[in-house]
This record gives sequence, structure tokens and C-alpha cells, in this order.
Amino acid sequence: MKFGKLTRQLCLTVVAVFVVAACGSTSGGGSASCSESAVKTATSAAGCGGMSALEAAAKAEGKLNVIALPRDWANYGAVLDSFASKYGIAITSDNPDGSSQDEVNAVQQLGTTSRAPDVLDVGMAVALANLNLFAPYKVATWSDILDSQKEPTGLWFQDYGGFMSVGYDSSKVPTITNFDDLLGSQFKGKVALNGNPKQANAALNGVMMANLAEGGSLDDISKGVDFFHRLKQAGNFVPVQATTATVKNGTTPVVFDWDYLSAAHGTDVPAWKVFVPNNAILGGYYAQAINKNAPHPAAARLWEEYLYSDAGQNLWLAGLARPVRQAAMEKSGTIDKAAAAKLPPVNGTPKFLSPDQATAAKNYVVAHWDAAIS
Amino acid sequence: MTIAGSPAVATRVGRPLLGGRRFSLDWIGAVPFLVYVAIFLLLPSAIVAIGAFFNADGSFTTENYLHLSRSYVVKATIDTMSLSAITAIAGAALGALLSYAIVTGAPNGLLRRVVVSASGVLAQFGGVTLAFAFIASIGPAGFVYLWAVHFFDYYAHGIWLFALPGLALVYLYFQIPLMVLVFLPALDGIKPQWREAAESLGGNTWHYWRYVAGPILFPAFLGATLLLFANAFSAYATAQALINQGQPVLSQQIAGALSSEVGAVEPGFAKAIAIEMIVIVTLVTVGYSLLQRRAARWL
Repeated sequence: MKFGKLTRQLCLTVVAVFVVAACGSTSGGGSASCSESAVKTATSAAGCGGMSALEAAAKAEGKLNVIALPRDWANYGAVLDSFASKYGIAITSDNPDGSSQDEVNAVQQLGTTSRAPDVLDVGMAVALANLNLFAPYKVATWSDILDSQKEPTGLWFQDYGGFMSVGYDSSKVPTITNFDDLLGSQFKGKVALNGNPKQANAALNGVMMANLAEGGSLDDISKGVDFFHRLKQAGNFVPVQATTATVKNGTTPVVFDWDYLSAAHGTDVPAWKVFVPNNAILGGYYAQAINKNAPHPAAARLWEEYLYSDAGQNLWLAGLARPVRQAAMEKSGTIDKAAAAKLPPVNGTPKFLSPDQATAAKNYVVAHWDAAIS
Repeated sequence: MTIAGSPAVATRVGRPLLGGRRFSLDWIGAVPFLVYVAIFLLLPSAIVAIGAFFNADGSFTTENYLHLSRSYVVKATIDTMSLSAITAIAGAALGALLSYAIVTGAPNGLLRRVVVSASGVLAQFGGVTLAFAFIASIGPAGFVYLWAVHFFDYYAHGIWLFALPGLALVYLYFQIPLMVLVFLPALDGIKPQWREAAESLGGNTWHYWRYVAGPILFPAFLGATLLLFANAFSAYATAQALINQGQPVLSQQIAGALSSEVGAVEPGFAKAIAIEMIVIVTLVTVGYSLLQRRAARWL
């Protein structure tokens, strides 16, 4: 009896190996299934036998590990729930309030274990510093993403974000239509940055927006620093750190900040308006990446496909974050128009800092900022 | 009985060192203090001082110390020192006057108890809460300003609250109470009989303060002023909440060099600034002790 059982198991194993091998050899040809080895290196849904094969493989895995996704951030609560119910995949959401660096640390520390995060949502600085941790992948809607917003092979691709803007309390200052308005006497002691540009990314981008509005280029931020120097000399610049409290209390009625963060001040200050200058549309986006050691490689890829589908993009938009495909979806008419209307209007081509340009801007600001505004 | 090869021990047993005094173990009592100082003061200072000789990738460099000559660090040094000196001297003078007013009142009177307990709380009241209290009251959107502007616009020449004068004003809010706390015991030591004695010998008020109370109180006054200087010199959160841009205070420069989302991190440079602050406080302390030696000389 013992011998017979062993024989049967051996036979089954042999059959299984043949089946897997057969699948592997036909996956490129559009078969409806996708082997584990194929999905780990699949750089698009086609590499895994098409979307339905990817979906089947992901359902077979049945699990997805995500990290650092607060449920109230960019509407992630709804995104997680709808993905889980649509595909019947159980999501483990670790350390929801963690930072981008925490995500990368988890990828490194958990290695090839089954608890490692499958997918990451990180800030650009962290994404660029950790390319060796990611698996390249291109979602079906890849061509909708601007070239400046993705790594050419798909190691990272930006997901949502917004534009640098000037938020202001329209009951305290006149309507802003031109950047140089800010130098006028009606803005005396009223203009603030969200943080110190030597330290805070939002503030550095604020100076860069001023730079673009004043005719500077992404390569040289000096006109932005000079603008703040003039702002200071006019007595209009407030060196206090702009917070929800200072906005609410009126100490900082004009604040440079990301439009989606600035728009949130509207709950405290009903007359709060957000102005994005047409000649200085500076984007700041987060990026998605797939862990190359993802324990659930198919679910990870299916998650990205879902995020970049119309449904996923519209969910982010409902959370006041601008999805990366927004422009394309506006063209095709698949955008959630009501949600889009809540964001400040933007007309023009957005610009994005490359890593080298960000470094050059940072170096210039570190050397010249304190002298310019004191 | 001598241990072979250890003549020192033999000598000590036979003929005690130090002018005939026996070898003493009294210092053992100070060991906990010395260990404490070593672990919490000397060791961290040494780690910082040595760490400042290395750059981010761990190689040796003197650049961090040379960077202290950057214009914004020099400016921050001057600003921090003048800010600390002004708030220390003004805080000490006003705090001493307030203490004197309390001392002349009833020893257990309501005034004294209220002022002393309030000082205990206010001396520790700093940081973001204090800064925002000023912003919300006398700031450009504060209720005091919005009322006062009908009579007099005190920000006509710029919002000085968000500059060094404003910082000095806010610092005084915790400097004066601290002065009351540390100076009150010294004033309590002054006996009314001394004044009576001075008067019965024909001295007037000036003579009493110049020759009796002044010399007794001056060392304590100097010591308290030094404490106030160090207190202002090391403050961080209040300045950070009030003046976020330009980082006029040295402790802000340290924070700026330590943490940055945009990659402007120079940990070695931060350590060099910390050493600069230690050196400045040490110099001030040495100056204080020289002055103290002179001031402690009676008359």
C-alpha cells in the first residue's frame, strides 16, 4: 500500500511538472493562463498572457500586501475596498501612516518573505534612490502617462499628485490674476511658504514656481530666489511657518502650497481660493513601483492595472488628488467631472523637475536663501 | 610587606605624599557625579566634536569646521548671541525688579505666592504654543492688533514680530519668570537689619545699594544672567515656530543641516555648528567666572 501511494504521488508530480512547463511555453502566445515564473518577469499584461490570464493568476494568489496607504489619503480607503471586492483578493495593509522611506525599508528587511510589500507608493526622491528594488512593468494605459512622469522601462511611474499653487483668502486680499500682484502693497505682510525651501520639498517647489512665473527655467532657480528677495523687501513676505492654524487665524492669508493641500483650507476659510499661474504649472507627483521580490507578483501587477484604469483614477480624483491620466481621461470623457470640478482649474502644459534639476535648485537655494530673505 | 616591583606603593606606605596627608578615598563620593558628567556631557561633546571631522560618506575632512565661515552661519551666530545677550540682560533686570517688588511684600502674602507659582509655569512655557499665543494676540491678524490698529499701527514699518525684535519679546516671556525663580532666594538672603544698620551709620539709599546690598547680590545676579543667556542661546522650538525662514538662530541652523526632504543634509556640518555653540557658551562661562572673581571681592 505504501509503495502504491508513493507511486501515485510521483505520477502526479510528473504530470504537474508537464502541465506547468506546457503553460510556460505557451504563455507568450495568448494562452488564458500565466505561470508563476512568467508573471514574475512580466513587464506588461501581455507578457503574462493578457489581462484575463493576469486576473486569473492574481485570483489564484488570492492576496496582496500593500504598505503606507492611509485610508484617508487620496481616497485610498475606497481604492483598497473596491479592488478587494472586485477581484476577491484579500489585502494586507501594513503601517498605513508610514513614510516613503518606511516602505523601502520594509522591502529591504522583509526580502523574499511572504510578508514583504508587493507594491509601493513613494515620493520621487525615494523612488529614484531605490531603482534596484523594483520590477519594471507597464500598465495597459502606459501611453497616457507623460514621458516626464515615468521611468522608460516602467521601474516607476507617477500615480497622483498636483500642481504648485498660490492659495489665498479672497476676503483679505484682492483676486490674484498675475504673479507680480503679490508684490503690491495690498499684500503687505501676508505671503508665506509652506516650510523652509532648504528643508521642505513643498517650499522648494514654491520657489521654483515663482522662478517659472518670473521667466526662469527649471535648470536655474535664481529668479525664484530673487522674487522672494523682492517680496521680502516690499515687506510682503511673512517668515512664519504656514500651518492650518495660521491660515485659519489669518496670519498667512496667502500661502504657496500644492493645490490639493491648499484646496483643503476651504473648509476653514470659505473664501479660500487657489491660483495656479498659467506660465508656471509645476507638477509634484507620487510614484508607483512593484517590488521585484513581490510575494504575490500577479496580484501586484493586477493592482497597478486597476489603479491606472478609469475606475482607479477616478477614485483618486474623488480624494482631491490629481490622477496622472487626468488629461487623457478629460479628452476621452471618462473623467469624473464632478470630482474634477472641485480642483482648481489649470490651463497649460505642466512641467516637472528632473532629479538633476531638483538637485541644482536645492544647491542654489541652500547657498542663497538665507541671505535673500534676511 | 612591600609588593615586589612596586616601589610607588612602598613609598606611599612609608612616607605619605601630599605634605604628610594620608591617601584619601573621599573622592569616591563624587564618583556618581563624575560618571554622570562623563556620560551625559563629556562623551556626547566628544562624539559631536569628532563626528564633525567626517563627512556623510565617512571620510575625514576639516570642511565642516571651515563651513562655519559661511555668511549665513556667521550672521546666525551674531544674531543668536545678541538675541541671547539682550534677552538675558533685559530679562535679568526686569526679573530682578519684579523679585524685589515681591520680597518687599509680605513673605507669605498672596502676591508672592501667585507670582512665584506663575513664574514656575511660565518659565517652562515656550515653543510652538508660546509662539502661536503671540501670533494670535499681537500678530498681524491677532485680536490685539486688529483693535489697536484703529489708534496706532504698530506694524507700519514691517511686521517686527516675525523678526529678531519679536523673538526677543517672546523670549522675555519665559526669561523674566526664570529670573524671578533663580533670583528670589538671593534677595531673601538680604536682611532688613543691614539696611537699618547702614541708615543708623548715616548712609542713604544709594550708600546701602552701593556698599551693602549691591556687592552681596551682584554675584548672584551675574550667575542668573548667565543662566538666562544659556537658556535663550539653546532655545529652538519658539524661534522655529515664529521665524521659519532665514533661520536666524544657530539651533535652527543645526536642525536645517540635519533634516531635509530636498537632500540638503550635512550631518557633519550640523555637528560643527553644535561645537561652535559649545565653544561660545564655554567662553561666556569663562568670562563670567573671571567677572565673578572680581565681583565677589568685597567692596
